Amino acid sequence: MITGLGAAFFYLFAFVAVASAFMVIAARNPVHSVLYLILTFFNAAALFLLTGAEFLSMILLVVYIGAVAVLFLFVVMMLDVDFASMKRGALEYAPIGAIVGVVLGAELVLVLAASAFDLGRPATTSLPMPDPAVRHNTAALGDILYTDYVFFFQIAGIVLLVAMIGAIVLTLRPQRPHVKRQNMAAQVARKPADAIEVVDVDTGKGI
Amino acid sequence: MSAELLSESLTLALPEVILAVGAMILLMIGVFAPAGRANSTVTGLAVAILIGVLGWMLLMSGQGEAFNGAFVQDGFSAFMKTLTLIGSIVALAMSAGFARAEKFDRFEFPILIVLATLGMMLMISANSLLTLYMGLELQSLALYVVAAINRDSVRSTEAGLKYFVLGALSSGMMLYGISLVYGFTGHIGFDQIAAALTGAERSVGVLFGLVFLITGLAFKISAVPFHMWTPDVYEGAPTPVTAFFAAAPKMAAMAMFVRVVIDGFGPVTSEWQQIVVFIAIASMILGAFAAIGQRNIKRLMAYSSIGHMGYALVGLSAGTLVGVKGVIIYMTIYLAMTLGTFAFILAMRRKDEGNVENIEDLAGLSATNPVMATILTILMFSLAGIPPLAGFWAKWYVFLAAVEAGLYPLAIIGVLASVVGAFYYLRIIKIMWFDEPAGGFVPAAGELRLVMGVSGLFVLGYVLIGGPIAATAEAAARALF
Repeated sequence: MITGLGAAFFYLFAFVAVASAFMVIAARNPVHSVLYLILTFFNAAALFLLTGAEFLSMILLVVYIGAVAVLFLFVVMMLDVDFASMKRGALEYAPIGAIVGVVLGAELVLVLAASAFDLGRPATTSLPMPDPAVRHNTAALGDILYTDYVFFFQIAGIVLLVAMIGAIVLTLRPQRPHVKRQNMAAQVARKPADAIEVVDVDTGKGI
Repeated sequence: MSAELLSESLTLALPEVILAVGAMILLMIGVFAPAGRANSTVTGLAVAILIGVLGWMLLMSGQGEAFNGAFVQDGFSAFMKTLTLIGSIVALAMSAGFARAEKFDRFEFPILIVLATLGMMLMISANSLLTLYMGLELQSLALYVVAAINRDSVRSTEAGLKYFVLGALSSGMMLYGISLVYGFTGHIGFDQIAAALTGAERSVGVLFGLVFLITGLAFKISAVPFHMWTPDVYEGAPTPVTAFFAAAPKMAAMAMFVRVVIDGFGPVTSEWQQIVVFIAIASMILGAFAAIGQRNIKRLMAYSSIGHMGYALVGLSAGTLVGVKGVIIYMTIYLAMTLGTFAFILAMRRKDEGNVENIEDLAGLSATNPVMATILTILMFSLAGIPPLAGFWAKWYVFLAAVEAGLYPLAIIGVLASVVGAFYYLRIIKIMWFDEPAGGFVPAAGELRLVMGVSGLFVLGYVLIGGPIAATAEAAARALF
């Protein structure tokens, strides 16, 4: 259990997270929805920070807010999607939503009951984790990511390289006309004398 | 992991390291090479790198486990990697002529093939579910792009998209299975999973995970009922790409399948045996019947490959040393036959029409090009399993294993399916030898003639050279038991 100041912050962040999550689906303006989504992510990050998972917290900030949510924002602003008409029939699906809600609620009760009565844990071993007081978890993750799991880390890098090559192969068309490409030789060969012209302008006349 | 341990691991995985670094160097060469020559330069260098890696593996490679047991190099992996590398090298070499003729000048193609080969080698050497998944994704991602590489053709992009969507679905199912297996055994290493399953009572969760895992694996070897992508991808992708798809990834995926079920789930053989038996029967029957109506030879080869994966799985379903030996021999012979057939398909080129793909285009080939017709006849007889050609021996080894394991119904259905399947192989022979000539093909490029000749000789002479191959395959299979 969390108590004291920690508990106060927990309830604050948890409340704001749930409220802004609700606003994501309730807001009329899609741009507001995305902004509420970002607020939800912020609060989730703060909750992670409270539990001592500072690495997850920062990753959430960098990846979800810095990249994913901003991408959403761009998509919402650039594409002319008529969200109002998409939302119109939403209430028809309320019964299905209610069923899903009941199922999730039942699962929650089951999990809680299981942990309260201790119905037996699976006989599995989890990876040993250093005490957060001794080694904070960013360093602990780094300890194994770059040693024991360096092999997987490198393969993941190569998978990303393939994704990048694939995206370029399937979309880049160097032969197409009107493509302006960087010409480094021309850029380097350019001298100040070619680019800058000093003009003496008479006051009130313009060029 | 200490520095010495890391350097030991890297030494053991040196072929993979060379491929990864080589691919990156090739990328640089391709970007800075003059536009007209980039493809041929990079293709040549990629073939050289792959041959170098193959030579290193055959002559210098050590054995053991690396990276905390995530990666294993043993006799089985060496044999299957050899097959995979041969498949990649031949497919890449055969693409060179096609690239010249069809103005197919993307230098990224050989690089993606090298990276896909790297993924396949990781799959074959995988000793934990994590390595398996990462190798598989590396391979698949490269293959999706390669399938769609002719992006101006609607069929090629459709093939790529279809493969991508279905592949992503199967990856998801496999990952679900992996997470269940991890959750219920507490391990991802094959040895530890096997240890956790020995003696313990079988939990439903592990079996659930196993089913999903096999679903993903069956998709990758295009076994029924996860075969739907195969005909469309084979037909839509450019022919050199199809040749590559039919050869190298099948070897790697089958090797991975064998290692997972034998090494990881050996203690629960009776559980996965029934799944593999079902998949094998369904693949053999569908491969035999669905190919009958095909007019496009690439589609026909797709159904033929579905059927052949079924036969290979017959050996695996025995779950014994003899069975795995049968699978290895089957894949070796299948590689030779399929590469020869695709060399022939690539050589189906008319002066005015370019490459043709219909079976009717073969009409009367015996009159216009008797040498090619003879080689294809040998290959088709072999694919049908007519003695004394190689294809017969391949089926003989897997059916023998099934009979020894007491799976009589499976062996009987297999033999019946191969009789049905013989119909469409013989139909091609009939069209070539007895129909009115439909016009000849232009003389095939040198590399295609070489591949056809070598595979024809291999198939014909298997009776003579089969002994040492079977002995090597048995030694390779022994590494798993």
